[in-house]
Amino acid sequence: MASNTTDAAGHAAEAASASGMPQLDFSSWGNQIFWLLITLVVIYFVLSRIALPRIAAVLAERQGTITNDIAAAEELKAKAVEAEEAYNKALVDAKAEAARIVAETKAEIQADLNAATEKADAEIAAKAAESEKAIAEIRAGALESIKDVANATTAELVSTLGGKAEDADVAKAVDAQMKG
Amino acid sequence: MEGQLAHIGAGIAGLGTGIAALGVGNVAANFLAGALRNPSAAASQTATLFIGIAFAEALGIFSFLVALLLMFAV
Amino acid sequence: MASEAHGAEQGGLEFHPMDQFLVKPLFGGDHIGLFTITNVTLWMALAVIAVVAMMVVGTRRRAIIPSRGQSIGELAYGFIYKMVEDVAGKDAVKFFPYIMTLFMFIVMANFLGLLPMSFTTTSHFAVTIGLALLVFVTVTVVGFVKNGAAFLGLFWVSSAPLALRPILAIIEVISYFVRPVSHSIRLAGNVMAGHAVIKVFAGFAAIAVVSPVSIVAITAMYGLEVLVAFIQAYVFTILTCVYLKDALHPSH
Repeated sequence: MASNTTDAAGHAAEAASASGMPQLDFSSWGNQIFWLLITLVVIYFVLSRIALPRIAAVLAERQGTITNDIAAAEELKAKAVEAEEAYNKALVDAKAEAARIVAETKAEIQADLNAATEKADAEIAAKAAESEKAIAEIRAGALESIKDVANATTAELVSTLGGKAEDADVAKAVDAQMKG
Repeated sequence: MEGQLAHIGAGIAGLGTGIAALGVGNVAANFLAGALRNPSAAASQTATLFIGIAFAEALGIFSFLVALLLMFAV
Repeated sequence: MASEAHGAEQGGLEFHPMDQFLVKPLFGGDHIGLFTITNVTLWMALAVIAVVAMMVVGTRRRAIIPSRGQSIGELAYGFIYKMVEDVAGKDAVKFFPYIMTLFMFIVMANFLGLLPMSFTTTSHFAVTIGLALLVFVTVTVVGFVKNGAAFLGLFWVSSAPLALRPILAIIEVISYFVRPVSHSIRLAGNVMAGHAVIKVFAGFAAIAVVSPVSIVAITAMYGLEVLVAFIQAYVFTILTCVYLKDALHPSH
């Protein structure tokens, strides 16, 4: 019985040392710390030799790419602004050119018109003068014919009435009469 | 008898974890009160919050550890 | 009496909640020597593989437009890099691979530990004290190499009244040497506590009446543990950064 209990107690002690609180089982500490150091050294070398430089490079590259892209975008934006300015300038130029052409054309047309008007005026004047001349001629012609008719009529009248009509006297008389 | 006393002691030591919980709650509550007054500064102080919580928590863990020692190691 | 109570407790639970933390040799034998390949070795190796998969295999294409795997690697890189820069200062960037190593190991070990039937290396004080001592030694050495004896100014609070300074110096020295203790126990304690609680609930799941409750509780604890796994890695890393800042700029 006694030996039984001591046996049980011995087992319990064994169990306590093993499973009571394994953290306080100092016999395994050396082993754990040894493997811990190896683990840490391995992780340290993996990280500092491979992983961290790689990630740093990737991050730097990404930062560079982003910066470049932003710079490129800025450049494109500047170009767009430039293009817009050029476009606006072209528009203003074109407007000015158009206005100039309009004014020129207007002036030309005006000049043509003036010339044509002048020409027409001159022609009209010439025609009018011609017509006047013709009218004057006709009128003169008409007077002459009237004179002739009057002379003839007068001479006839005079001769009919028994007078002796001298042509010169008749003409003189008719002229005097016509002048009225 | 001694083992039973050790268990009673473990129970008393376990109270410490509850008291540490009060401390942690106090830290978090005061942080929240401050953060609501000045939300813009809250984000920069979360590290301080965690350090404060860690210090308060550590003492509770100590008492938990004492309880464990009394339970299993003594 | 005591052993009876212990036996009753053993009978109540199907398994002991601390069994999951046992260090066992993988290839038979009982003796754990310095170089024995144990489950610690296995899960640390898996952590290394996970880190390699995430940081090396995921980024192998070096794409300008990252794939999902590469985004995760870049996210982790940016997260820790920003933390080092913000907390420890610009001149601490040369310690970035070191801090990244700590973070990646802890976060991977924590998450691997959340797999069912797995072994959580970071729940062991041996591992976390190893990590914390590594940080402590690094910080102390860097402090003395960088600042020489001026590093001791860290303990001499020049903004305090002169009479108080020696007392404060003692307190500062004690708090400085307590750093690795709290640094390591915080991580191991958090991880171990969560896993032990899950196991306790899992033990209750064998009792038919409470098993639905305990399964819901396991699920909830598991969600909390996922959060804790990340936050504790974050906290460990950020405290490393804070200590490093003290070493690089010891003036208060």
